[in-house]
Amino acid sequence: MNNQVSYVRTQMLAQQPPPGREMGAVKWMRENLFAGPINSALTILGAAAVVWLIASAWPWLAASVWNASTLSECREIIAASWGEGHHGACWAVIKDRWQQYAFGFYPSDLYWRAILALGLLFFALTPVLFAANRRVANRVMGVVSLVVLAFVTVAEFRLIDPADAAAHSIWAAILTVTLVLAVLWAVHIFAPSKLIWFTAIYPGLGFWLLWGGSVWLPVVALAGFVIGWLAFRAAQPFGGPAQLVAMLLVPVLWWIYGAGVAADVLNRIIPFSIEAVGSDKFGGFVLAITIGVAGIALSLPFGIVLALGRQSNMFLVKALSVCFIEFIRGVPLITLLFTASLLLNYFLPPGTNFDIILRVIIMVTLFAAAYIAEVIRGGLAALPRGQYEAADALGLDYWKAQRLIILPQALKISIPGIVSTFIGMFKDTTLVVFVGLLDPLKGITDIVRASTDWKGIYWEPYIFVAAIFFIFNFSMSRYAMYLERKLKTDHR
Amino acid sequence: MTEMNIEHGIDRKIDRSHMKVSESDIAIQISGMNKWYGTFHVLRDIDLTVMRGERIVIAGPSGSGKSTLIRCINRLEEHQAGQIVVDGTELTSDLKNIDKVRSEVGMVFQHFNLFPHLTIMENLTLAPIWVRKVPKREAEETAMYFLEKVKIPEQAHKYPGQLSGGQQQRVAIARSLCMKPRIMLFDEPTSALDPEMIKEVLDTMIQLAEEGMTMLCVTHEMGFAQAVANRVIFMDQGQIVEQNEPKEFFNNPKNERTKLFLSQILGH
Ligand SMILES: Nc1ncnc2c1ncn2[C@@H]1O[C@H](COP(=O)(O)OP(=O)(O)O)[C@@H](O)[C@H]1O
Ligand SMILES: [Mg+2]
Repeated sequence: MNNQVSYVRTQMLAQQPPPGREMGAVKWMRENLFAGPINSALTILGAAAVVWLIASAWPWLAASVWNASTLSECREIIAASWGEGHHGACWAVIKDRWQQYAFGFYPSDLYWRAILALGLLFFALTPVLFAANRRVANRVMGVVSLVVLAFVTVAEFRLIDPADAAAHSIWAAILTVTLVLAVLWAVHIFAPSKLIWFTAIYPGLGFWLLWGGSVWLPVVALAGFVIGWLAFRAAQPFGGPAQLVAMLLVPVLWWIYGAGVAADVLNRIIPFSIEAVGSDKFGGFVLAITIGVAGIALSLPFGIVLALGRQSNMFLVKALSVCFIEFIRGVPLITLLFTASLLLNYFLPPGTNFDIILRVIIMVTLFAAAYIAEVIRGGLAALPRGQYEAADALGLDYWKAQRLIILPQALKISIPGIVSTFIGMFKDTTLVVFVGLLDPLKGITDIVRASTDWKGIYWEPYIFVAAIFFIFNFSMSRYAMYLERKLKTDHR
Repeated sequence: MTEMNIEHGIDRKIDRSHMKVSESDIAIQISGMNKWYGTFHVLRDIDLTVMRGERIVIAGPSGSGKSTLIRCINRLEEHQAGQIVVDGTELTSDLKNIDKVRSEVGMVFQHFNLFPHLTIMENLTLAPIWVRKVPKREAEETAMYFLEKVKIPEQAHKYPGQLSGGQQQRVAIARSLCMKPRIMLFDEPTSALDPEMIKEVLDTMIQLAEEGMTMLCVTHEMGFAQAVANRVIFMDQGQIVEQNEPKEFFNNPKNERTKLFLSQILGH
């Protein structure tokens, strides 16, 4: 009976737990920290490095001073509390100068406008960013509303420079902000799908709040997009590429030649303006965020168009896209910024007074768009050909196939790359210091360090600016992860 | 014209072989068609007339140009010489004609090509809503009707990635049917499927055939060919080598290549 071939199982085995050393923290440590001699050595070395870093930074951080009005006062406090020769962190400089880091030389009685502009940005973004998730949208908008109200109140009661305060009504500012927020909440609650219209007008509104002046300038500027859309529709009989060209060219012509005149005329018929703020007053994070947000918002659509252009069958469209992308990626951003500040004037019609911040935004946008185009091209290339074929076979035309089938998938694949580009671009806004704008990292810090009070301060301002940048960029990165998780439908 | 079931767009009559041939009875007319990939002559002098309601199976060795032929019919590939007339519309570079033909011809692919970022329901309603401009509610009702027909109504709100291969292919068939096509093209619809799923897809196709749909199927399922085809076409090296009604084709192949092919796929 030993070498029996036939066998029939009569009882199925039940599931058993794995052996003890295969579970829990012990298993994790053995596999991840002490998997072999090299791994163990690296673990110990790494742990030692962390301990050393903390140990050397700790005395400095522990001796933090928050209340002092000059560096020497701060150093005296440190010497008094922790002994002569002890090094400590003078965060008092941030407390003293955070206003300048936040707003540059923006008029202090108009801080509320800058705060509101940034707050409304989140309202404009919720329909786009948290479209399907009302709970998150509510939470984001709630927090933003409270923060905006708190900041505006603080700014109005505590930060206004007496020199600016002459004709200013604190209550009018607070009331305006409250009213705007209330209207948006009403829209959000009663007609959430209409909030997308606020998103559409936000670029103009944000611009108007920040720069002030006649309301008609942002209106005619926004009209450029409507005109572009009309041109796109009008060019339909001539095919996709012609539509693309019309969509890009007509608005640019409008902005260069038509918009200024139209704004003047409208302003003469119905004058309506608020106090104007010159670009030279912008600085700190108001400047960085303005450039960064505008650049991000503009470079994504432009990058998509470039990526599609690079894939086009039309020789000219393809060649132009490739040349543009390769040229822009081939030169340093600084070059483009210098071009913006010095050369661009030669190419524009004489007499145009083209704002330096807008010029910088355009350059930053072009720069980021070239990178984004390449990232998206990767996403497009990753799609199986069958997706295009299925869309074609169902009778979808080029734009519908792109919009409904191809781009949603390609963009989803490209999210990590796109967000990396955005983060890189936001950090690159600090380079505008080279064309005379006051970025937070060098522009404002240099001013602070040049003042008699804080001459000689070194680490603290940089750490502060780095921390703020980190918060913004880390949030973007986390949002991207949330989005990736939300869009994950392939269940692979 | 044959009587149409307007609501579901499916021609009810099955057997029309006795009827007199007239223009409107021809679904597809291909004459003297040639196609090259670069310098490679992939389709050579193809002449093929498909009658309304006819079920044609195209067989042949791999690389013989079967896929290319049926992909020319909805212009996923462009032919360089000859004529293709689908439902009275000639395929030229005119985009209007191409759109017209594509909206009348449904296609089912070997790898399903469902849209992975959309639910099954969205996959089914997308083209009717955006191409046919059908109101959303109506498109969803039609979608449910066809999902029931392919026997997976309960999967409507899942994503393609959550379905088995056989279910995905049935969804793909339903997606084509939602556009109410007059002609269906199948390019090896079962060859990417595990054996136990082939039957469920073939059953769906047989059901469709019984309802009188004009069908062109590239397939190696010879059982299916014997059961539903009016005609079997054998292709080799870009040419139609032999065509006949299934019984004759399988029992009495004339061409040497056909015999070899049949012995290879039926031999074991
Ligand atoms: N896009 C293409 N470019 C070049 N050659 C191709 C292309 N598609 C198919 N071919 C070639 O054309 C021939 C016919 O292909 P196909 O129609 O897919 O054959 P079948 O479907 O019968 O297997 C094959 O030799 C294949 O390599
Ligand atoms: Mg094939």
